[in-house]
Amino acid sequence: MPGDTPGPPEAYARTFEGDGMATVELRFSAQPEHVRTARLVAAAVARRAGVDEAVLDEVRLAVGEACSRAVGLHRSHGITAPVSVALTEEEKAFSIEVGDSVPGPGADPAESGAGDASGGSGAGSARPDSEADGEGEDEMGLAVISGLVDDVEVRSGAGGGVIRMSWPTAAAVVSP
Amino acid sequence: MDLSLSTRNVSGPGGDRTVVEVGGEIDVYTAPKLREQLVELVNDGSYHLVVDMEGVDFLDSTGLGVLVGGLKRVRAHEGSLRLVCNQERILKIFRITGLTKVFPIHTTVDEAVAATD
Repeated sequence: MPGDTPGPPEAYARTFEGDGMATVELRFSAQPEHVRTARLVAAAVARRAGVDEAVLDEVRLAVGEACSRAVGLHRSHGITAPVSVALTEEEKAFSIEVGDSVPGPGADPAESGAGDASGGSGAGSARPDSEADGEGEDEMGLAVISGLVDDVEVRSGAGGGVIRMSWPTAAAVVSP
Repeated sequence: MDLSLSTRNVSGPGGDRTVVEVGGEIDVYTAPKLREQLVELVNDGSYHLVVDMEGVDFLDSTGLGVLVGGLKRVRAHEGSLRLVCNQERILKIFRITGLTKVFPIHTTVDEAVAATD
């Protein structure tokens, strides 16, 4: 970084948690209208990374589900931090990590901001939802993700939850 | 693309049907509009709905939740909610969630309107 320019805003000055650096990272405020943006960006980066055209619909849907879920979790817990999406082009795969900031089960509920110890939170469990039609949407979102994506991992910790999904790229499919 | 909604009434052998034509993307942002439309129809006494999804480009679990909610509402009045959909990408979402067993899915609006079971 050149010393004569001001540093990046704090929100962007974080390090990536994975092994390498994400190809594209997106952070958006937890508003439903931004989920579409995340879908479009994810599909565009996945296409460039060599994910098969036939699978792009699945990428779009899966990342949308993961982001909708994160937005719902942030909103129901009154968390103002942004939702993060890391899109990473790996050697033979394309991976997407959608991260929320809702502490998972086992974390101190007093620090979650909601003070509601019932059922825990984060990527490992359902979010509370008072709206009748919304009940079970979170679980349905996870059901859609696990139905669509072969390689998916859901984890949660004190800092929040992450849904990690990956798809093979053309490089991986076309082997010598 | 935003969500577009239009409704029309059609007479079928089983009585009047309200066709809701949906276009665009049904997701966490737009699904509340569809929910409002379905709730309004049921509140106004339309209990037999045909949701035409041929113009839908994208559907996620939030949209599925709204359709299930609509079904629950019409069933409370002994009504029906039928879907019209031929798009494989949309049908796939109903299949992986098991909702093909919950919703009657038709290939044309005429077929859905004519259904009386």
